[in-house]
Amino acid sequence: MYRYSDFDAAFVATRNRQFRAQVERRIDGSLTEDEFKPLRLMNGLYLQLHAYMLRVAVPYGTLSSAQMRQLAYIAERWDKGYGHFTTRQNIQYNWPTLGDVPDMLDALAEVQMHAIQTSGNTIRNVTADHFAGAAADEIADPRPVAELIRQWSTDHPEFQFMPRKFKIAITGSPNDRAVTRAHDIGLRMVEQDGARGFEVLVGGGLGRTPMIGKVITEFLPEADLLPYLEAIVSVWNLIGRRDNKYKARIKITVHEHGIDEIRRLVDARFAELRPAFGGVDQQMLAEFRAQFASPVLKSAPTDAYDTAYAKDPVFRSWADTNLTAHRDPDHAIVQISLKAHGATPGDASADQMRAMADLAEHYGHGELRVSHEQNIVLPHVHKSDLPQIHAILQQHTLATANIGLISDIIACPGMDYCALATARSIPIAQEIATRFDDLKLEHEIGDLKIKISGCINACGHHHVGHIGILGLDRAGVENYQITLGGDHTETAALGARTGPGFPAEEIVGAVETIVHTYLDIRESREETFIDTFRRTGMAPFKAALYPEKEAARNAA
Amino acid sequence: MPRDFKPKVVTANALLEGDVIYLTEDDSWTRELKQAEVITDEAVAQIRLLDASSRVAEAVGAYLADVIDTPDGPEPVHFREDFRRKGPSNHFHGKQAAGQ
Repeated sequence: MYRYSDFDAAFVATRNRQFRAQVERRIDGSLTEDEFKPLRLMNGLYLQLHAYMLRVAVPYGTLSSAQMRQLAYIAERWDKGYGHFTTRQNIQYNWPTLGDVPDMLDALAEVQMHAIQTSGNTIRNVTADHFAGAAADEIADPRPVAELIRQWSTDHPEFQFMPRKFKIAITGSPNDRAVTRAHDIGLRMVEQDGARGFEVLVGGGLGRTPMIGKVITEFLPEADLLPYLEAIVSVWNLIGRRDNKYKARIKITVHEHGIDEIRRLVDARFAELRPAFGGVDQQMLAEFRAQFASPVLKSAPTDAYDTAYAKDPVFRSWADTNLTAHRDPDHAIVQISLKAHGATPGDASADQMRAMADLAEHYGHGELRVSHEQNIVLPHVHKSDLPQIHAILQQHTLATANIGLISDIIACPGMDYCALATARSIPIAQEIATRFDDLKLEHEIGDLKIKISGCINACGHHHVGHIGILGLDRAGVENYQITLGGDHTETAALGARTGPGFPAEEIVGAVETIVHTYLDIRESREETFIDTFRRTGMAPFKAALYPEKEAARNAA
Repeated sequence: MPRDFKPKVVTANALLEGDVIYLTEDDSWTRELKQAEVITDEAVAQIRLLDASSRVAEAVGAYLADVIDTPDGPEPVHFREDFRRKGPSNHFHGKQAAGQ
């Protein structure tokens, strides 16, 4: 993992001192809210529905045990004993008071963490494949490059007051687990003639105008990455729409000018910028690579795993859903579900955070990941340790065997917390998970991603959910639109609306109707929901959801 | 004919705690919607909002919210205001837990 240099530590300490003084000046009346708001947003502090909210960056989703323990401490010392892991691989505290935030930031700095650029019109926390460095299908660990991007983008003087926020995601695997096609810039590591580089996607994004990113270059040599990124952001910073907040993201710029024109402008800017990058960035990258070197994986028999798998059906069920192939066949990637049926997706109590930190320390080389699917990952676990890990997870309500299943729902905080939300998300997720747990159907249903957002800004990624749910305010009542057929992977697609939305009391029934329709029409157990949808299209689902309309159409 | 003016309260978030507050008749802030001043005249509402907005060291983001005036005090019209006066539905936190 990356460790702060003296420069990094001094930078964060200075910023924390500045922000402490800014908070003091706000409280004593020297700063108005209009003056203070951009300052607090630069440091991750929002004012939400019921309280302030502090969004802490988890760079590319990687945490150490010590950092996770400190997050638990902060939750207990200054919040209400829990934290919320988000689709941006960050953690949010929902209840800080203004006066406590400087102390929280100092506590974060003790473990080399901060909240800088987790808000505001800047380049945000770079997100990455949550299996980075462990996945069997990976070309290389993308995190050294992610760290390079983070250092380049942090406090970058040209990019502090942009038309809008800017998000970069990176993956080192052909199987895209980082939703790269729905980011302002998506980077997919590729190899060409033995050389490593990136396919660069630009102009993807969800929100009110969802777009799939377009390829601006199929192969960018690794050494050209930073000047090329700088060229893209620089071009957009100049021609991006500052007149209209809703047209300011680069997806609109690419849409309005066309990818070919954007490519021409970026290439011209790149030619100007490239000579300024004299190789220091590549020296730094080499240093980061050393810091992200793979841990020394242990070599031991896996009998304990084989025995438990054969004899313990609960362990077997968990192993079947929550483990992913590691590049070393005697190891596994463990996903810890933060989606116990009826719980809030992404929430972890301080006790649970400590339990996960301890597990990582004892069995997982002290490393954890936050996934954009709002679960926690232990990336390097020897198979012989899995039965013990499972037993400990059970003691902390963390052993739910549902990764990738219908109850493994992404949900934004919605109107339970968020000032922008138009409806609630969390209770809908809780009810769907509880209903399908009662029905004992979720293993029968298999791979199915439900993603819920409480407003069109789409923090819950609903456009790319197999079943997407969008909460809206329809004449003062919560109403939920459904989309089907979205896909967040390398075959990314935006879902299509089924038709009119459903009131809160009918939405779970509507999801049940969709699922039963799928179970009725799938050709075999092997045909997943998304495959069935692609084969049949919307028609059978629409007919089941809106039977009156169907009857009227048949009568006509 | 001008449209009927719907009763309003002035509401904001407290600067220090960040929680929901309402303006009272005696110019103090209350955490309880029921104790808020119900304003039934549009001109008065705009003046009360200006009063509240000028108190920058106490409140953030003051605005007028519709209420129904009942014998037991004001009740929210919109569900957002209902959540603001109670707290989140997934944890027993916020106003609903006050005094517990």
